[in-house]
Amino acid sequence: MKSKAIDIWVGLFVVVGAAALLFLALKAGNLASFSTQATYRVNARFDNIGGLKPRAPVKSAGVVVGRVVGIHFDDKTYNAVADIDLETQYKFPKDSSAKILTSGLLGEQYLGLEAGGDQTMLANNDRITNTQSAVVLENLISQFLFNKAADGNSKDKP
Amino acid sequence: MNAIAAIGAWSIATVRGVGDATRFFLAVLGQIPRALLRFGLVRDQVHFVGNYSVVIIGVSGLFVGFVLGLQGYYTLQRYGSEQALGLLVALSLVRELGPVVTALLFAGRAGTSLTAEIGLMKAGEQLSAMEMMAVNPIGRVIAPRFIAGVIAMPILAALFSAVGIIGGYIVGVQLIGVDEGAFWAQMQGGVDVWSDVGNGVIKSIVFGIAVTFVALRTGFEASPTPEGVSRATTRTVVTASLTVLALDFILTALMFSGS
Repeated sequence: MKSKAIDIWVGLFVVVGAAALLFLALKAGNLASFSTQATYRVNARFDNIGGLKPRAPVKSAGVVVGRVVGIHFDDKTYNAVADIDLETQYKFPKDSSAKILTSGLLGEQYLGLEAGGDQTMLANNDRITNTQSAVVLENLISQFLFNKAADGNSKDKP
Repeated sequence: MNAIAAIGAWSIATVRGVGDATRFFLAVLGQIPRALLRFGLVRDQVHFVGNYSVVIIGVSGLFVGFVLGLQGYYTLQRYGSEQALGLLVALSLVRELGPVVTALLFAGRAGTSLTAEIGLMKAGEQLSAMEMMAVNPIGRVIAPRFIAGVIAMPILAALFSAVGIIGGYIVGVQLIGVDEGAFWAQMQGGVDVWSDVGNGVIKSIVFGIAVTFVALRTGFEASPTPEGVSRATTRTVVTASLTVLALDFILTALMFSGS
């Protein structure tokens, strides 16, 4: 009878451990956001991908519709190419546009997808041609400074 | 001349210690299949090192979570990003504090009792008696305890992390008033199942092997006197803790240096 009691206690111990691990994976980790949905692959070229990373979400109207699976550099066109897996249940027109956006002021970067008006839909291995690169802070600042300088010059010589 | 002789003696002793430990480790590994066949022994030991450690691990995890919540909030609110509290608590627990603190507590709670038990068995000549009866003491005594330690450690570490996150939630969301949705969403956005949770589990398995092995070997090598057993118990805590911290540094450098 005593060995039966130990069996129960050890069983409880293991179950509690499994529950803790499940809690870590589902509640704390992102296992729940792994979609088992079928996907189709498209790619998009960007002049600059900024801080976009593989496994970043692809959102349309704020809803996650896919993931970035890989990013590589094309040395023919000197562009960055992002491979994107979109869930099959979501169809997007061929002329949809992709933007690299940032969630919040300091948040992670993600890919925003805006639907276009084309009749034909994106299919496997298609390319999203209409893209907008990530905003690089240094470029913004230098643009701002140039504009300021231009303003100053025009004020000096009316 | 004496100094050189001392260096020589020290080198020989060190190499010999490493060789002894390796042979002992291989002997334990060789006995694992047989110990697994007699699973009752392993189960009793899991009960001994695992169940009895749940309370101290759970309470420590809860309080570590509380403190992480308070201190993390204090630092994060200076930068106006107290929303990231959940991420901070979860990442530090899952990656580092869970496995490491659990291993340190495990060395103190379970390691010492393993060392003392085996040391006393040796002092009472129970191990020699087993050998006289053609029972391999490594297979009968050491291997089941080793397996039990390796099983119990990851479970305890997962428990520690989970309870710690709940502790951080209690302090952060319930007491301080961080937004609940942001707390969990930031956590889920930043904690990766494989590279964070998975690596934490691998770490805790490695620490389980290290702590249990150090405890068992120290007990097995203890000089069979009351003083020898007490020294061995102390040495278990010191050696196991230092081993865990050194291994943690190496594992962290290997696992997380890329990101």
